[in-house]
Amino acid sequence: MSEIIVGVVVFPGSNCDHDTEHAVASFSGLKPVMLWHNDHDLQGAKAIILPGGFSYGDYLRAGSIARFSPIMQEVIDFAGKGFPVLGICNGFQVLLESGLLEGALSRNRDKKFLCSRTSIRAVNCSTIFTTLYKEAEVLSIPIAHGEGNYFAPPEVIESLEEHDQVVFKYTDAQGLVTDEANPNGSLRNIAGIINRQGNVLGLMPHPERANDKLLGSLDGRRLFESLFRHISGA
Amino acid sequence: MPYLAKIKVTLRQSILDVQGKAVDHALKNLGYRTVESTRIGKYIEVTINEEGIVEAERIGNEISMKLLSNPVMENYSLELEHIN
Repeated sequence: MSEIIVGVVVFPGSNCDHDTEHAVASFSGLKPVMLWHNDHDLQGAKAIILPGGFSYGDYLRAGSIARFSPIMQEVIDFAGKGFPVLGICNGFQVLLESGLLEGALSRNRDKKFLCSRTSIRAVNCSTIFTTLYKEAEVLSIPIAHGEGNYFAPPEVIESLEEHDQVVFKYTDAQGLVTDEANPNGSLRNIAGIINRQGNVLGLMPHPERANDKLLGSLDGRRLFESLFRHISGA
Repeated sequence: MPYLAKIKVTLRQSILDVQGKAVDHALKNLGYRTVESTRIGKYIEVTINEEGIVEAERIGNEISMKLLSNPVMENYSLELEHIN
């Protein structure tokens, strides 16, 4: 069986690209291919991942300059054709800036850069990224960001909830969505959202940093596994 | 004759400005009791090599909405100055 190619975009300032590459490569049958921001060729990828980091130094706003890079024009077309696109942390910021997802991420409520393990729940387990999770289970996945405070106008928030587009929420250790469990001030504890078509997911937590026993948690692994089952048609 | 576009980008009032809040706190700590509030934004200068002000203004507005500000959480204002 030939290997399925998964593209990992590398912007100047990406710093989770190799963690993401490692996560993809840990599944047999998948081959990660690094895609440079100045290229136009997606090299036959069946899914694209925008990794975490500080693309273009986060100048102006996080993700704002990356959004206009040559590779992103291809990624936007690719997403428009219904192929899966996953944005993690800075990748989520790029997806919002590019208009593939709705809303924006501003500075964390308590001014701090947050780097810690956090509890989240997959509140929609019927997306192509979350089929292997259960709604009731609490996942332990790291966050590392200064601008993860999700904001959108009230009508957008209502529409996201109505169409089950909120996929991950910050919770306490018991899985309750409380204000105390909200690390960054995100509206309604939103940690990740998907587009209406269901093929573009963005989230602030780092599943690629919870993909190996050595890293202390395997809770991120099923996100990749769900996606890879989908693209391999398994 | 080019124009100098002076663009100010500010966070919308409904968005928490944590930088502004930190600086506001510091100003109060310095004893400036009449300082009521502080908001932080960005100031951007772009030189646009256009003959007419109408086209320079169109470009100024377009780049402000497309890249320089994020309309979901920011407002911008544009001022044009004729430079020799």
